[in-house]
Amino acid sequence: MIRKSAERIYLFLIFLFLYLPIGVLIVLSFNNSKSKVLWGGFTLAWYKKLFSNSAIMEAFCTTIFISLASAAIATLLGVLAALGIDAMKKRGQTVMLGATNIPLLNADIVTGISMMLLFVRFTRLGMSTVLIAHITFNIPYVILNVLPKLKQSSRTAYEAALDLGATPLYAFRKIIWPQILPGILSGFLMAMTMSLDDFSVTYFTKGAGINTLSTIIYTEMRKGIRPEMYALSTILFLIALILLLFMNFGPTARKETRE
Amino acid sequence: MRKLKRQLLAGPYILWMTGFILLPIAMVLYYAFTTTGGSFTLLNVSSIAFSVHFKALILSLKLALICTVICLILSYPLAMILNRMKTKSQGFIVFIFILPMWMNFMLRILAWRMLLSNNGIINSLLETLGLPMIDILNTPTAVVFCMVYDFLPFMILPIYNAMARIQPDIIEAAKDLGAGNATIFFKIIVPLTMSGVISGIIMVFVPALTSFAVSDLLGGGKVLLIGNVIEQAFMQEYNWNLGSGLSFVLMIFVIASMALMNSRGDETGAGVW
Amino acid sequence: MKKKLLLVLSVSALFLFTGCGRTDSPNTLTILNYGKYIEPEILEIFEEETGIKVEYEEYITPENMYTKYKAGAIDYDLICTSDYMIEKLIQENEVSEMNYENIPLSKDLDQTYFEFSKSFDPENKYTLPYFFGTVGILYNKDLVDESKVNSWDILWDENYAGQIIMADSVRDSFMVAQKRLGYSLNTTDEDELRAAQELLIQQKPLVYSYLVDEAQDEMIAENAAMAVVYSGEAGYALEFNDKLAFSVPDEGSNMWIDCWFIPGRARHTEHAEKFLNFLCREDIAMMNFEYVYYATPNTRVKESLDPELQNNTTIFPPAKILENCEVLKSLDDEATMKYNLYWKEIKSAD
Repeated sequence: MIRKSAERIYLFLIFLFLYLPIGVLIVLSFNNSKSKVLWGGFTLAWYKKLFSNSAIMEAFCTTIFISLASAAIATLLGVLAALGIDAMKKRGQTVMLGATNIPLLNADIVTGISMMLLFVRFTRLGMSTVLIAHITFNIPYVILNVLPKLKQSSRTAYEAALDLGATPLYAFRKIIWPQILPGILSGFLMAMTMSLDDFSVTYFTKGAGINTLSTIIYTEMRKGIRPEMYALSTILFLIALILLLFMNFGPTARKETRE
Repeated sequence: MRKLKRQLLAGPYILWMTGFILLPIAMVLYYAFTTTGGSFTLLNVSSIAFSVHFKALILSLKLALICTVICLILSYPLAMILNRMKTKSQGFIVFIFILPMWMNFMLRILAWRMLLSNNGIINSLLETLGLPMIDILNTPTAVVFCMVYDFLPFMILPIYNAMARIQPDIIEAAKDLGAGNATIFFKIIVPLTMSGVISGIIMVFVPALTSFAVSDLLGGGKVLLIGNVIEQAFMQEYNWNLGSGLSFVLMIFVIASMALMNSRGDETGAGVW
Repeated sequence: MKKKLLLVLSVSALFLFTGCGRTDSPNTLTILNYGKYIEPEILEIFEEETGIKVEYEEYITPENMYTKYKAGAIDYDLICTSDYMIEKLIQENEVSEMNYENIPLSKDLDQTYFEFSKSFDPENKYTLPYFFGTVGILYNKDLVDESKVNSWDILWDENYAGQIIMADSVRDSFMVAQKRLGYSLNTTDEDELRAAQELLIQQKPLVYSYLVDEAQDEMIAENAAMAVVYSGEAGYALEFNDKLAFSVPDEGSNMWIDCWFIPGRARHTEHAEKFLNFLCREDIAMMNFEYVYYATPNTRVKESLDPELQNNTTIFPPAKILENCEVLKSLDDEATMKYNLYWKEIKSAD
């Protein structure tokens, strides 16, 4: 009994540690006073201000565009790569996986800097450089999610289908694809998350006037904290909450969690 | 024949990888070992021995280590408790503990700045309770605090996943054979969750070692980490050769610590989902 | 499973097609400026009036700007920065001559400021003055002994441990120590630099934080007792908190002037000139002044201000203070490296 309550208390303390800061931001976003401590009444003014701040709204759009586009392209390249790597001999696989691990294990700051050095030498920084950088650090997540599923997939069924006269494409679509789809999907989502949360790489590879939420919040914070930021936090938190609730407990999620 | 054709599918990725992973790394190496004039030098790399840079590296290692240890100490019991809660709501509770990870990294830093500032909430609370105020904003303590907050879910998740994979039968069997709780913990649970612990350590230690944004925004310009030195070399001093040299050193450090850990574990990164 | 994928893909498609992405067109103007140094609305008005898309980028310190420009990864059309940095860029042939005929409203700028600019732009052919000011101590009257703020010494007073905000910018921080020691701001003498560095290291335990643009907010929020800030920052802060006051110490300080220039690699010179002219327009300059709150060289704006504001010595430094101030000069590469290294050593000191 004592142990049970000790456990509960422990969970609660960690919960507090994780959510207190977020909770404070949410409360302050409705605070009709610039103070960080005093409650000046309820207001939605900061939200209004946030939505009329074109720089932040543009950064919001850019963030969504970059994360979706980079995750989509990375998924395409990554799935193809996984299929190719899977067909390679042992040594080829080792080399490929080693290289794939580089951006995953390397420090963000080094990845960002190395890309910047490359871009500066050969092109101009802009939206496309950010996109390329994001695709680059996203691909490994896709490969590492798809490859294990590919290894688990049943080869014999695929070979049998070919022997029975199915075209490779047809056999792939009917046999391999359904088996690796969960891997592709989780690779895509993981890539998207990484891209959404990235700061360092974007910071070093972005062009003039192009900002993702991370970089614009950084610039804003270096100028002093404004209450619009609290409103932005609240909105982003709610989006994350809804998306994750949907993904984890939505109608189609049940089967996955059982796996 | 079929296999060869299928291997070609990796073609675009190999091209991409060469162009955007290997080539950039080569650029870093090129800058690291040349002067602004383009002639060979070891000075950029060896400048890590300068007292400023060396101090920054040591401080980074220290903070990253402290942060990793705290994360581990907090996460392991948490993962055990979560794993033991065999209720229907388990999935939801786990979800609650990793949700903050999906809120923007910068906003999490902002939150701590709010809480810790001189006239912030924590101090106002302490004041009303008649307790002494804490003065940790703009110190390494604040940086560690925020890093722990930022990276905690990355430790919780892999450990929890490893624990969830332990078959209850094994523990039952051990109990039947007369093992006590301590024996079960040290002989079964710890070894079987080692891989999770190691990927957790890697996922916390590397970003903590190399971060520059946290110290920038919570250190008040007084906490100079190796990440800050590199960032400043690139963004303030226009000394890319020095920055690359130090990045190279940092890369070596990361790879070394990774190799050290990886010799004892197998999975990395992929445990987030 | 499939449904979910479909959903994600359709959402992505939606975003891709609703014009969230942006297209690169020649009709753009790329500007690089200090943080908080223009009324953001002005950019929107400019875009509306001219149809030119403004790509606006900010930096924190002049060194930061120099690196961004030199990296050559972005072609800026118009940059605003401080005296010594402009001097350096002029020496490096990175600045193109300005055609003042295309900026007719520049006639409204007070000739005195062009005279000031001669220290780095001797023939007045490269730059257009934007704002000017000094550096001083912004302090909280309730917390600080006002009889002592006339000297930089107060920044070393142990009574204020943990309540002092210093400038997070190499030259500005060194300036404080150099002036306290009675040296020139532009010294490259090894001993003098070391002495200044020593002083700043000594001060570090008393410092609450090193900040640039955030200092103002911290002072308004009363998180610190005093801060080394630019005069305009102080003028702005005074409006928000009556307890604050500003003083330029008697040992002297730095007088600076920030100007616009068109860099050599600019690709839209015409747009840049159009923008500069727009900035000089009375209504726009007024709006901008009210936001930035530094001494504006625009005579029309100044004349239309309240007499009280015109005589505000925080915003418009009187001649007596300016006489005592020195202008920063650009340093050669060796000296710059030395300043940078010494600064880093201060930052990493315990």
